[in-house]
Amino acid sequence: MRRLFALLALLLLLAAPAFAVDPGEMLKDPKLEARAEKLGAGLRCMVCQSESIENSSADLARDLRIIVRERITAGDSDEAIVSYLVSRYGDYVLLQPPFKAKTLVLWLGPFGFLVLAIGAAFAFYRRRTKAPVPAAALSPEEQRRLDALLKDSASK
Amino acid sequence: MRRLLYLMPVLILGVLALFFAKGLTLDPHNIPPELINQPVPELNLPPLPGRGDNSGLATADFKGHVSVVNVYGSWCISCVEEHPTLLEVKKQGGIPVYGIDWRDDPQLGAAWLKKHGDPYDRVGSDPAPGHAAVALGVTGAPETLIVDKNGIIRFKYYAGPITPEVWQDILLPKILELQKQ
Repeated sequence: MRRLFALLALLLLLAAPAFAVDPGEMLKDPKLEARAEKLGAGLRCMVCQSESIENSSADLARDLRIIVRERITAGDSDEAIVSYLVSRYGDYVLLQPPFKAKTLVLWLGPFGFLVLAIGAAFAFYRRRTKAPVPAAALSPEEQRRLDALLKDSASK
Repeated sequence: MRRLLYLMPVLILGVLALFFAKGLTLDPHNIPPELINQPVPELNLPPLPGRGDNSGLATADFKGHVSVVNVYGSWCISCVEEHPTLLEVKKQGGIPVYGIDWRDDPQLGAAWLKKHGDPYDRVGSDPAPGHAAVALGVTGAPETLIVDKNGIIRFKYYAGPITPEVWQDILLPKILELQKQ
């Protein structure tokens, strides 16, 4: 039994990450194929939720993988391929949203919150570490009462 | 100042609630189509077998009149559902309806039209990997585009099969409006 588990564990170690790419789709040139895989990893499968076309087994993802590879083989640059797909499917096809006016809040929002949080923490701690306000001097009335008390206890 | 600070959690909650109210009701599948007001891309699709040599679909077929382009495939289940509506449109006439047989064996695409009826004036075959469909930004079938007289894409219906209501209430008004221009 133990051996079986050990064997299973070993086999699990051998498991490669699941890629949907069909060996038949791959380009012969490993350099070009690596480029295609890198590009594809950043392109969203439009009919899935948050999967890249390299990871998805959807038909449309497969089509786009093939089209990316066709264009690479035809000598297109990475930028040209990405901008072609963006022109067809919009920015949504990019898994990483581009930095532009419409996405400013998305990209800068977290830093804005960080600045706010630092500001709030700063204000909070500064208030706490401020030296305690020295006690106000006793009024003549208070002084008289204190003297009376002290005298009282001394005489006992 | 102090009081404002106490209000902060409420304010933050309010802002978050607004974001979620908007964000959670958006359908991630409902992405606005990218190609509206863009010209039909370069198309040169071969015809389906048995439909005549000159019945494929090319960019030039979109010039001079408003046209409807319907993306279908013999594998597409909802296409069967919307097919009677398209046949009715064909019967009433008034607008050329083009088909794109997407990700399909042209033989199967032709057989499907024989079986269910052929509402198309022209059909282009676009087998996998669907270059024409990707050029048109298609994400699924059925999908229907309306193209104006100058070959500019003006509308895309991709929320499911076309029912008689969808045709009457959404597509036909757009077509009539474009035909008037």
